[in-house]
Amino acid sequence: MGRYLLRRLLQFVPVFLGTTFIVYTLVWAVPGDPFAGKCGERQCPDTFVSLMTERYGLNDPLVVQYFTYLGKVLTGNLGETFSGVSISEQLLNSAPITVRLAIVALLIQIVIGVVAGVVTGIRGRGYLDNLVLVSTLFLISLPTFVTGSVLQILLGVEWGIIDPTVSAQATWGELIVPGFVLGSISMAYVTRLTRTSITENKHADYVRTAIAKGQPGRRVVFVHLLRNSAIPVVTFLGTDLGSLMGGAIVTEGVFNINGIGGLIFRNIAEKEGVMVTTIVTLLVLVYLLMSLIVDLLYAVLDPRIRYD
Amino acid sequence: MSTVYDGERGEFVAEPAADTVPLLAVKDLRVEFRTNDGVAKVLNGVSYHVDAGETLAVLGESGSGKSVTAQTIMGILDMPPAVVLGGEVLFHGEDLLSAKPARRMQVRGEGIAMIFQDALSALNPVFTVGFQIAEQLRVRRGLSRAEARKGAIDLLDLVRIPHAKQRVRSYPHEFSGGMRQRAMIAMSLALDPELLIADEPTTALDVTVQAQIMDLLRDIQRERDMGLILITHDLGVVAEVADRIAVMYAGRIVEQADVYALFRGPAHPYTEALLQSLPRLDLKGQDLKAIKGLPPSLTRIPPGCPFHPRCPRAVDRCHQEVPDFHPLPGDRHSACHFAHEMLVSGYPGSNPDKHSRGLSRGDA
Ligand SMILES: Nc1ncnc2c1ncn2[C@@H]1O[C@H](COP(=O)(O)OP(=O)(O)OP(=O)(O)O)[C@@H](O)[C@H]1O
Ligand code: SF4
Ligand SMILES: [Mg+2]
Repeated sequence: MGRYLLRRLLQFVPVFLGTTFIVYTLVWAVPGDPFAGKCGERQCPDTFVSLMTERYGLNDPLVVQYFTYLGKVLTGNLGETFSGVSISEQLLNSAPITVRLAIVALLIQIVIGVVAGVVTGIRGRGYLDNLVLVSTLFLISLPTFVTGSVLQILLGVEWGIIDPTVSAQATWGELIVPGFVLGSISMAYVTRLTRTSITENKHADYVRTAIAKGQPGRRVVFVHLLRNSAIPVVTFLGTDLGSLMGGAIVTEGVFNINGIGGLIFRNIAEKEGVMVTTIVTLLVLVYLLMSLIVDLLYAVLDPRIRYD
Repeated sequence: MSTVYDGERGEFVAEPAADTVPLLAVKDLRVEFRTNDGVAKVLNGVSYHVDAGETLAVLGESGSGKSVTAQTIMGILDMPPAVVLGGEVLFHGEDLLSAKPARRMQVRGEGIAMIFQDALSALNPVFTVGFQIAEQLRVRRGLSRAEARKGAIDLLDLVRIPHAKQRVRSYPHEFSGGMRQRAMIAMSLALDPELLIADEPTTALDVTVQAQIMDLLRDIQRERDMGLILITHDLGVVAEVADRIAVMYAGRIVEQADVYALFRGPAHPYTEALLQSLPRLDLKGQDLKAIKGLPPSLTRIPPGCPFHPRCPRAVDRCHQEVPDFHPLPGDRHSACHFAHEMLVSGYPGSNPDKHSRGLSRGDA
């Protein structure tokens, strides 16, 4: 187990270097003047440009720039944007909001997705099953942007049930609808995956044994059946975190939420390369860690899997 | 229904006394499976009974309905596709088929327990063996976690699993086949059932382990005066442990007799064929007699006696008339028109002409 962990952590290094380097190159290769609009209406004075070019090492070869940057990030010095805003401060402000949004989305996926999947999986074919199949297909085929805009217009503008945009505090209550939007596609997948998994497992021998030994029905379902059926669902949820990040950018854009997604959104538009690379670097780290956690969780859920 | 149960009976009781009720009696069970391929009449009036302390062996070819009968008794049939058309499962005289779900659940485990052929798939792969045994004690007996764990260790000890204290934490896949079957037996004994149904408990195991498991089952059954229904293909096992035998063919019991009587002289040509397919020392070197032909398709069971297409003794009458499952002297039953003649003519009497005139041959 310890060796497995070490091996996995070592594997992080090339993956981390590779992905961040690609992102770094892409961001800095985007054509356009990084200082455009940084000095109000006027063209930036040459002294400012040369100072900035000096400070950010913009004349060095890209690889050198990349490693200089990486060294700073790894020592915890995230630096400032061209406009002089502290990057770490910005991140500390917006990260909690995105984390909250992601938790809401994840909870919605798990609670609604798993419940709908279990109910339809156990009942089998019928009215409810068709309803769930059609509505999940509907959700899967709608892009997050569309789901978000439609709900924003209907619930927010037309019926006035929610505020169309989320306040700067982004309270849990305000994040329910955006969380639903963000989680909707994965929720549909979780539903279908749970349903299939339950359908496959409900006739398994060990389920029959659990009934035959006189365990109450709900224990047969919620302990014996669900525990086995959860394995593919957990795997999916883990690997799906990446698309949750991508969806967060869109959702935060639609509902005007000041999270990480919104931050990337605005900084790409403003060509704040340092900020964008830093955020993406962090996201890569988070993603790698989550996938490790999921793999470890997988071994907990299924004892037949051994890591060594 | 108020009946008194007499648990004091010996092992070879021939006739149940009129005022006692058997531990379990299955009466005229009829089950069919409705699938896209048609309706398979899997059980066509199965009746058998078993008493406390008694071992009933259920014999029969693959597909004859042995497992489906057991599943109907336990209430673990897949419905659909299975449909129970009729019959009774009387446990101490109480019909389980018409009992409420809560009552059925109560009977499972502490009234009737069951063990399955393939312990690897029958045990839950994601829980430890200890958990799956202790679960019975916690959920059904209300024991605390610690007490239940201790109970699980005692049960593993009882089924002779070495180092039970450590093995209680193992997962099913970490056990050998024999140990898994022992663990399953331990689990089935957790609530001290009055009747154990063992559906081919040793088929998946190698011969030495088979013998150990059978010894274990027999010892436990004797100690606890438990009823045992042993479903098996293995006539050797039957001869060794069974008190009574029920032979199934195409969803019916075709013969029922105590083990000595049946081995001495079968009263049904199918049983006779089964016995003849056994290797015998005195006929060493000769070919084994396999039963000719295939069991009937359960979607199209032949009219008359279902065995007639394969029966060496079949006559015209067998093609039309379904033989009753009728009583014979010595508390045995057979579903053959010529059962009486078979008994009189003796065994092995494979000459198809003997059945009606066999009286002249005298007893073997
Ligand atoms: N779930 C099911 N769906 C459809 N048919 C079934 C099902 N379970 C059993 N059957 C059918 O019922 C018949 C009897 O099956 P059963 O399992 O009782 O046979 P068996 O006597 O136990 O045979 P074996 O010795 O192979 O275990 C078989 O023809 C089988 O195809
Ligand atoms: S009734 Fe006829 S066909 Fe059936 S077993 Fe007896 S002799 Fe054979
Ligand atoms: Mg079977």
